[in-house]
Amino acid sequence: MSLLKVEGLSKHYEGRRGIFDRLTGAKHTVVRAVNEINLTVEKGEILGLIGESGCGKSTLGRAILRLHEPTRGEVTFDGTEVTALDAAALKAMRRRMQIIFQDPYACLNPRRTVAEIVGLPLKLHGLAANDAELREKVAAICAKVGLKPGQIDRYPHQFSGGQRQRIGIARALISHPEFIVCDEPVSALDVSIQAQIIALLLELKREMGLTYLFISHDISVIGYLADRVAVMYLGEIVEMGPVEQILANPRHPYTQSLMSAVPEVDHAGRNKRIRLAGDLPSPLNPPKGCKFHTRCPLAIDACRSQQPGAETVGPGHTAACHRLAENLSLLDETQA
Amino acid sequence: MKDALLEVRDLRTVFETRAGRICAVDGVSVAVRRGECLGIVGESGSGKSVTFASVMGLVKAPGRIESGTIVFDGRDLRGLSPRQMRAVRGRDIAMTMQDALTALNPALSVGEQIAEVLEAHDETLPARGAARRKAIRKASIEMLGLVGIPSAETRLRQYPHEFSGGMRQRIMIAIALACRPKLLIADEPTTALDVTIQAQVLELISDIRAKLGMSVALITHDLGVVAEHCDRVMVMYAGQVVEEGPTTEVIGAPKHPYTQGLLASIPRPALRGQPIHPIEGQVPDLIGLAPQCRFYSRCTQRREACLAPVEMRAAGPAHNARCILIGGDEE
Repeated sequence: MSLLKVEGLSKHYEGRRGIFDRLTGAKHTVVRAVNEINLTVEKGEILGLIGESGCGKSTLGRAILRLHEPTRGEVTFDGTEVTALDAAALKAMRRRMQIIFQDPYACLNPRRTVAEIVGLPLKLHGLAANDAELREKVAAICAKVGLKPGQIDRYPHQFSGGQRQRIGIARALISHPEFIVCDEPVSALDVSIQAQIIALLLELKREMGLTYLFISHDISVIGYLADRVAVMYLGEIVEMGPVEQILANPRHPYTQSLMSAVPEVDHAGRNKRIRLAGDLPSPLNPPKGCKFHTRCPLAIDACRSQQPGAETVGPGHTAACHRLAENLSLLDETQA
Repeated sequence: MKDALLEVRDLRTVFETRAGRICAVDGVSVAVRRGECLGIVGESGSGKSVTFASVMGLVKAPGRIESGTIVFDGRDLRGLSPRQMRAVRGRDIAMTMQDALTALNPALSVGEQIAEVLEAHDETLPARGAARRKAIRKASIEMLGLVGIPSAETRLRQYPHEFSGGMRQRIMIAIALACRPKLLIADEPTTALDVTIQAQVLELISDIRAKLGMSVALITHDLGVVAEHCDRVMVMYAGQVVEEGPTTEVIGAPKHPYTQGLLASIPRPALRGQPIHPIEGQVPDLIGLAPQCRFYSRCTQRREACLAPVEMRAAGPAHNARCILIGGDEE
């Protein structure tokens, strides 16, 4: 059984209606940030979630933890339906499901010391009998993430970005969770520091038997560390499968263009670039049919009217595209 | 250097702060040749942006250029008066900033912001009246077309907030290029953008460079971007140049342990299943630096000789690096 199962999960935001809209009976504008997502995460694996800004990947991560209350759908964690829990039960569940945030400058309270920040989950969940035990546990986890013992009474502003991210990781890990949403944990960091944090996250995963949902916009990072990948576009998963499959044989035209757009040190000048026209459409007014059709070079009439469903294209590999059967690849087409 | 459009020598830019003196740019020499794209790579605080802000004469108090020469197209820029410098800036050298939303004026329409540059610098325009306005409008529309913004005529009337991130970056490029500068300094032009948009913007810069024959100094922290778009690359660390040379050589066979470490620590699919080897430690504090090699504390190959100041050494015909291991005597 999967550790985490997400079924039909949606998070919609309703726009505010002004007095004019109410008088004229205008409908609410709805942003479908996350729409009908189905996915599973197996125990001990890293599921990479990739997409461009505004595609809903962070919202999905937060909706899974109910940091944003989902509009519809079910999240089941280790046999318990998270979406059905009451406040007290949810709080208890949060000990087992944690999150590491993207911005190490914004996610730490500037008025608390490291010891207070990292120790808070222990207090909230009653995991330390007394102050001495609490401090001991904080010191132990801080040492594990690479902070020096003398640093735990300092404040966040006394640390660099990489060090702060280590504090955020210590806070997520101190309650010994089983599952962690890593929401772009390295994208705010310099290259040499990124590598340090990635190495640390992989080491902790091995040591503590963790499961990650790793959100990133960086295909190189996902390609390096994930076991499976889900590709999101405008609130929906367009392709999902084992990472080797997705890298070697991406089937959705969006995945293909995303892959070709990444500048890589290894393939300078060799990879053919697919030029996507235009920007991500506004999620306020998403295109009908396949949401990618406005930018897709392969779009046909069916793509403009009907939304494609996810089809299996290989072992554990699904994609949602009307033209899968034709086995087209943008990569071939642009070369011709 | 022969056919250099911009030649900076021994530039030293310091900031006097309450905590002490910060030498953000410490003896940097850099040349940009005519028509080439030079990549400048480094982490935050390495001095890459301050180097080019110094070239543009944009360093403000408490910062100042302490020493060095900046020669552009045969003229010494440091000897120019503020008025003369204003005439160079925007016309001969233009710069785009990392964050287009803060760099553009939110209260002026995009058309007004492009027109501003033309008004200030373009001497080919009619002197006054309707003819001048018409010519400016025509040139502005042409610029938006050049950077790939559709329906330019209506877009000119819009304000920065009405454009997406990629479009704003294009507008900034359009403003920078309005007077056909000889050198474009692009400071992290794609850092805030998504990969598909990043690809569009970088290709646009390459296309225009070829079309207008201009030189580009591309400041970035992404070695992948450099590998694909730059002819030569310069790697900076803690205020100094640590390695420079043709892109293929520097990326294919890096000589400085920092460049080697950077390349080895980029997580990429080719390294799946293998541990990555991050560079341990952090960039040193720029206040009160010892004269030693600045990478000393993080270097896996450090030795006693590194505690003396290290000069740039030739690692190939056009390839230099600041490491004592180069030149054979220590290998």
